[in-house]
Amino acid sequence: MPNLIISQTDDGLQAYIAKKDLELAVASLEFQQADRWGGNIILADGSEFYIEPLSEAPSLPKTLRARRAG
Amino acid sequence: MSMDKQTTQAMIDEVLEVYPEKAQKDRAKHLAVNETNGEGKCITSNRKSQPGVMTARGCAYAGSKGVVWGPIKDMIHISHGPVGCGQYSRAGRRNYYTGYTGVNAFGTMNFTSDFQERDIVFGGDKKLSTIIDELETLFPLAKGYSIQSECPVGLIGDDIEAVAKTKKAEIGKTLVPVRCEGFRGVSQSLGHHIANDTLRDYVLDGTDPEAAQAEAGEYDVAIIGDYNIGGDAWSSRILLEEIGLNVVAQWSGDGTLTELENTPKVKLNLVHCYRSMNYICRHMEEKFGIPWLEYNLFGPTKCEESLRAIAAKFDEKIQAKAEEVIARYRAEWQPIIDKYKPRLQGKKVMLYVGGLRPRHVIGAYEDLGMEIVGTGYEFAHNDDYAKTTPEVKDATLLFDDATGFELEFFAEKLKPDLIGAGVKEKYIFQKMGIPFRQMHSWDYSGPYHGYDGFAIFARDMDMTLNNPCWDKLTPPWKQEKDSEAAAA
Repeated sequence: MPNLIISQTDDGLQAYIAKKDLELAVASLEFQQADRWGGNIILADGSEFYIEPLSEAPSLPKTLRARRAG
Repeated sequence: MSMDKQTTQAMIDEVLEVYPEKAQKDRAKHLAVNETNGEGKCITSNRKSQPGVMTARGCAYAGSKGVVWGPIKDMIHISHGPVGCGQYSRAGRRNYYTGYTGVNAFGTMNFTSDFQERDIVFGGDKKLSTIIDELETLFPLAKGYSIQSECPVGLIGDDIEAVAKTKKAEIGKTLVPVRCEGFRGVSQSLGHHIANDTLRDYVLDGTDPEAAQAEAGEYDVAIIGDYNIGGDAWSSRILLEEIGLNVVAQWSGDGTLTELENTPKVKLNLVHCYRSMNYICRHMEEKFGIPWLEYNLFGPTKCEESLRAIAAKFDEKIQAKAEEVIARYRAEWQPIIDKYKPRLQGKKVMLYVGGLRPRHVIGAYEDLGMEIVGTGYEFAHNDDYAKTTPEVKDATLLFDDATGFELEFFAEKLKPDLIGAGVKEKYIFQKMGIPFRQMHSWDYSGPYHGYDGFAIFARDMDMTLNNPCWDKLTPPWKQEKDSEAAAA
């Protein structure tokens, strides 16, 4: 269960994996609606995580627990 | 000299030939040819160094005590463990500060628990608590203590957190146990991270931002990740103050504990060394909603860019003042460039430094008409390389965690006119007859930040490069040629 810090940059969303001390651009995020946010998240290096979808879009940056997927 | 990608790649291939197969495969990922369009291969970084190579990296203790915690002047930083780690790194980084050393400031002093065999066998917790009592008697003006673990503390499993907790209750001062044992991580980079985490847990979380002593102002900013090497933070601070901002805290060069505690109320965090202090900025952004901005005050071009970018975060009053300051200083730096550029024009520079300088100082060199032929970091992460790629020209050599052999090889091939790296490389290259500047602590000079610093930077580079002593030395590759010519 790694911690991901998701933040908004000029070039879109960015994820920071605290454990790996690694910054990567977010390639895709499953749900980005105002009332549903999260789900499968794919990072620029191809690694996949799953964030339990939130019922509302969080104010970024936000630390989220993620599960390794794929 | 303009390089092309094939030549640079050929050079990389050649240097890799000496390694055994496995090491070769690994090292190949750490060397790359720059492609400004971002299509080049992604350089691998923040990985364990190969056994048997000469690496210039430091340890987690170096990252925590030497870099992040050490410069906080009104706290006592105890090097907990054997005497050497603290003693050999004492005052070497030249983090300048004001105050009376030994009375209310402790930056250049070395405090250690001096572990003996007995402490390894029976544990050092008792000794640690004795030391804190002694320090309280000897230095009553110290605002707090940080306990910087050295390797043995982690190996024998001492509970420094418990000691810190007990002592904190007893003396009522900030006491920070830092688990920065040297063996952790692959380089000093993890030490920065650990230090940032302890700053968060023991300094920021312990304070209530509402109860902070300072009154919050509209133009409050904090300088983050400037360690005041040779006075760098001071020469940056005056520029920020001239454009109308109020610098509340310096993290951590010439910084105090109170400044750190007051930081959660600032409007903007200005990050100089992103590598070592981005963690705390991330935390403050999430918890206190403070945005942060990376800036670069090396050389007039970057100074102007950064001052404008910083001012853009504030109102028109600040923006107008920034333009005023930029215009005023132009009269100051133009003569410097006029004087030194003809002497330095077209000279080639190779850099191999730490967290931010391999990309930040490029602007200053280019302002002097110099060219970067190779640059690399000791302990960078992928984001550092992503930020470096647009700064350097196409086909420039990039190297991560370069080994002693690689650096010497590249120096022979690229034939730089100047090398900027650390003290471990300094004497090797000087003996090879290559002008060298120690770019970690500015070779006993500085400051290099800001407009004032640029004048010193330009003078130093000229003084080193055009020093007549280099003609008296023959680099090894030239010697070989001479003897070959003689043989023929």
